[in-house]
Amino acid sequence: MDLSRKWLNEYVDLPLSEVGDRAFAEAMTVSGSKVEVTRDLSESIQNVKVGRIVRLEKHPNSDHMLVAQIDVGGDAPVQICTGAWNVHEGDLVPVALHNSLLPGGAKITRGKLRGVESDGMLCSLKELACTVHDFPYGEIKPAALLNDYHPLDPAKPSIPADIKAGDRVFGKVIAARVRSVAPAGINRWETVLDTGSGDVTMVVDCQNLHEGDLVAYHTGNGAVLTPEDLRAKQEEFPHCIPDGILILHEDCAPGDDMGMLLGLDDHVVEFEITPNRPDCLCMIGLAREAAVTFNKELKLHEPVVKAEAGGDINDYTRIFIDDPLCVRYTARMVKNVKIAPSPAWMRERIRNAGMRPINNIVDITNYVMMEYGQPMHAFDFSCVQGGEIHVRCAREGETIQTLDGAERKLTPSMLCICDVEKPVCVAGVMGGANSEIVGDTGMVLLESANFNGTSVRRTATALGMRTDASSRYEKGLDPTKTYDAVQRACELIELLGAGEVVEGVIDVLPQPLKETTVKLEPEKINALLGTDIDEGTMRDILLRLGFTLQGDVIHVPSWRGDVEHYSDIAEEVARFYGYNEIPVKFTGGITTAGGYSDIQQLERRIGGVCRSMGLDEIITYSFISPSYYDKIRMPSDSPLRDSLRILNPLGEDTSIMRTTILPSMLEILTRNYNYRNKSAALYEIGRIYLKRPDGMADEPKILSLGAYGPKTDFFVLKGWVEALLRDLGAKNVRFEAWKDNPSYHPGRCARVFSGETELGVLGQIHPLVAGNYGVDAELYCAELRFDALAAVKSGLPVYKPLPRFPSVTRDIAVVCDQKLPVGELTSCILASGGRYLKGCSLFDVYTGKGVPEGKKSVAFSLTLRSDDGTLTDDHAEEAMTAILSALKERLGAVIR
Amino acid sequence: MKEMLEALRAASRQAIDEAVDLDALEALRVKYLGKKGELTAILKQMGGLSAEERPVMGQLANQLRAEIEAAIDRQRTELGRVMLEKKLEAEALDVTLPGVEQPSGHKHPMYNVLDQIKDIFIGMGFEIVDGPEVELADYNFTKLNIDEGHPSRDWTDTFYFTKDGRILLRTQTSPMQVHAMETKPLPIRMIAPGRVYRKDEVDATHSPMFHQIEGMVIDKGVTMADLKATLNLVVEKIYGKGTVTRFRPHHFPFTEPSCELDIQCHKCGGKGCPTCKGEGWIEVLGAGMVHPKVLSGCGIDPDVYSGWAFGMGLERLAMGEYKITDLRLIFENDVRFLEQF
Repeated sequence: MDLSRKWLNEYVDLPLSEVGDRAFAEAMTVSGSKVEVTRDLSESIQNVKVGRIVRLEKHPNSDHMLVAQIDVGGDAPVQICTGAWNVHEGDLVPVALHNSLLPGGAKITRGKLRGVESDGMLCSLKELACTVHDFPYGEIKPAALLNDYHPLDPAKPSIPADIKAGDRVFGKVIAARVRSVAPAGINRWETVLDTGSGDVTMVVDCQNLHEGDLVAYHTGNGAVLTPEDLRAKQEEFPHCIPDGILILHEDCAPGDDMGMLLGLDDHVVEFEITPNRPDCLCMIGLAREAAVTFNKELKLHEPVVKAEAGGDINDYTRIFIDDPLCVRYTARMVKNVKIAPSPAWMRERIRNAGMRPINNIVDITNYVMMEYGQPMHAFDFSCVQGGEIHVRCAREGETIQTLDGAERKLTPSMLCICDVEKPVCVAGVMGGANSEIVGDTGMVLLESANFNGTSVRRTATALGMRTDASSRYEKGLDPTKTYDAVQRACELIELLGAGEVVEGVIDVLPQPLKETTVKLEPEKINALLGTDIDEGTMRDILLRLGFTLQGDVIHVPSWRGDVEHYSDIAEEVARFYGYNEIPVKFTGGITTAGGYSDIQQLERRIGGVCRSMGLDEIITYSFISPSYYDKIRMPSDSPLRDSLRILNPLGEDTSIMRTTILPSMLEILTRNYNYRNKSAALYEIGRIYLKRPDGMADEPKILSLGAYGPKTDFFVLKGWVEALLRDLGAKNVRFEAWKDNPSYHPGRCARVFSGETELGVLGQIHPLVAGNYGVDAELYCAELRFDALAAVKSGLPVYKPLPRFPSVTRDIAVVCDQKLPVGELTSCILASGGRYLKGCSLFDVYTGKGVPEGKKSVAFSLTLRSDDGTLTDDHAEEAMTAILSALKERLGAVIR
Repeated sequence: MKEMLEALRAASRQAIDEAVDLDALEALRVKYLGKKGELTAILKQMGGLSAEERPVMGQLANQLRAEIEAAIDRQRTELGRVMLEKKLEAEALDVTLPGVEQPSGHKHPMYNVLDQIKDIFIGMGFEIVDGPEVELADYNFTKLNIDEGHPSRDWTDTFYFTKDGRILLRTQTSPMQVHAMETKPLPIRMIAPGRVYRKDEVDATHSPMFHQIEGMVIDKGVTMADLKATLNLVVEKIYGKGTVTRFRPHHFPFTEPSCELDIQCHKCGGKGCPTCKGEGWIEVLGAGMVHPKVLSGCGIDPDVYSGWAFGMGLERLAMGEYKITDLRLIFENDVRFLEQF
């Protein structure tokens, strides 16, 4: 919402000189109307003045340029060269002087044009960032000047170069010489033409005629012809163009500031209005907030309509609401409409509020929308079939061409304004081209209606056209405003002389409007805010905001649909008492322990262990593409393929909730690999989403590890998992080879257990899977169930006395079948070693010379110790014998 | 005999002072003081002295022995010092050579910031709660006073799993307020960080998945003054002591009164600069008093209990803290990015 400070002064006396931009923005923001930015419009145009052309001469070195002497209110005229031909001596023109700035950012400085000094530039509409809507008389109609004729083919000119007054051009068209040109009103010149056979005097509306020019004169109808009339191409008359300098017909004098003339002596404040306050999407709403904020009087005006056209609206039309989505429909009728440009003050306000002036009727509806927040629509009543208005939902198959020219398919959920046959407007969104106000519109039906906000929003979204009207309707407007708004529009129509208002208002209101009341409970409000505000202050704030009070009953004004509860009243009070005046005070209450839960502590601990091993933490999206299951070679009948599916995803890639975390890790490894990062070691504690029968999800967490790089192999990965489990104190950890996990290398994959609890899987990613990701490197991943890790974590460690007696180390090497897992040898040693065996660590696995084919040599270092005394050789020997015999008997492993 | 002793004193002193290493010194000790040493040899001649001369000479000889021993000790210490010096010199390293590389993993920058915030709240007696991301519309919207027809419920804004719109991906962490009120004993002081989802295309400031932190206090006599005091403290902990805050009215369906908390731009001190888009203030979080309708909807009597709640976006906070310029970096997980934190 853009607010013009100049316009605001009409309702609240807040001149810029008294309340500057920053003070205004700060005060409005802290009272609840957030200011995004303030623009000083005058900054966009600098040093552009009104000038009067006192002398106009041909440029000595150019066949098409003019040199003008211009009075800009100074002691001496300034000299400016221009290529535009629509200027005349005596014209008032916008002059961008030396060192000036134009809207759009162009800077103008003095220069020389073909050797002639030019102290600036004359401006066209476009250079002032305006259109003919801003200056309707700025439209330029050029005559075809035969002295500007440039034949398409120099060898075959259509008009001879030596043509002179009286010569025939074709048919009844002859060349005529301009003897004199004298102004005869806006865009009208009394022109004397030498036709070769005598002079004719006539009024011409082409702006580019000067004494001495040769024109094409139609002897039949007495017209001076344009290039278009001659069916000539623009390049044949390159300087007779519908463009040129804006000739001003305003109440202004040389030296006046153009910025002021354009109404740019204004500051525009851009507000971010929260959706609960649609009443602030208009001048009056924001003026009310400003008045309360600055403790000023709010000056509102009651529209007065004379309605002198005679007749009564009910004689012309009937209005039916056939659908409850229309809450209220208020209408008036205007006869003898005279479509014309709006006056400058209205165009200026419309422009500064961010809209474009169009014509008086359209401008009035927009003006009222900006003033009251109530969107309006004007129908060409002659196009309303049967003279009846029906507010109903569209029928299957109905279409409408909207004002933007697009053909729209309507659905039965879309509310429309219809005549007896067809829709003429999409309710609250945009009017139909079939009833558009055009130049010859004579009778206008003015609509001021209230529609269901959600319905308007859905229709606008479905049609892909959010308009100024729909964005207001969608927030839910005050239905009492329709009457005031239509009255104001009619008042303005009479004021501007844009038509004659017919007696009577049609106001259809199927359901009576409800009034909200809330009890004023000052102690409850203070208890909620932690303040000590007296009741008088509360009442004063509410009254100034337009609430009324009867005893302790607060009557909520119709425009404040957001207020329905004492907590809403508390907010109103707090806003103007000042949020920043509310004390800063801990209220105490019962002390709570707070802290991390056991699970949260475990998560932090696991993260810490991972980082200590050099793994970086990642965060991945919870949703994936269904095709990722194929990429990781998940079996087609796997229950994990039954994912929760988003019905309206952004795209296929983010359309299902992952049931496995592996694709997420692989995606990140792949990305790093593609970024040519030499290595990566990553972890994430992320959720997977398993569909439950009730349609919701179990969302267990998974610890996911992933790595690649020159220092990474299976045993590095396994080392990480072991270190982690050691940190958790997991007991009886074992790894079992897993050949059938299709995502992993069949010979380099293991399940990991602690006791009977399966914790997860680790291994090298199957080369086919890596290939699916386009990675030509060994990828290593582990997926460990977080709840299982929590389950196998041991409690607090219990201190064991440190050994008091020395230990002895015995190294053994055994030869066994090459396929026998070392893990089995280790288990066998630990199981058979007896009470003196305190440790067993592998230090070598060897195949080759000295070891028979199909066999391997495995060497362990065993630690033996007695807790009761120094270990005797006998006891050590006893243990070693037991171990070696067990290895031999159970696993066929013999000492080397 | 006295002359012999004097000669020995002079010779030994010079020899000891000139000894170049410990072996040479040991050889001198043997030479002068050993059983077959020169002093012993002199002493053996004591037999030929008179009874008067003997004790005098004996005293002189012992004195000389002590002197030689002291000289040897002194020289030993000196030689030790010199040798150590040489050894140390030989052992000198180029300390600018790199150390042995140790593994060092990095916490994701966003979780660094999250942990900082968790710790702040734990210090104030808050607990941390976790909840479902696949959520009922009832919890994500209805119980939070967000009506049917509210734009945030649109299928263009929210991801849905069921055609009837009953099950969705939570669009905010606020449903955790409802879960906490429904399940936890009073009073409640909790924060609930987590993933939330909205239908936004990925760009430098948007992501369909992002993180929020919800916080809520429910107790008897909780006021907006308490909200201000707590959040001011949190902001000071995050942004440093003396950070200037501003509370300004805002709108959330599930709090009333509602506010947003701004901090004064630290770059320009509130004058207005590109960092704060000229406003002088930077928006940090949204908050408010828990709407009495929400309280009673969760079975808590709003006449007895009151509460406040807040919500903040984690990504924006982390990006501000670390001056990260593009949200996509957060989810890209490039190790060159991760290892900077």
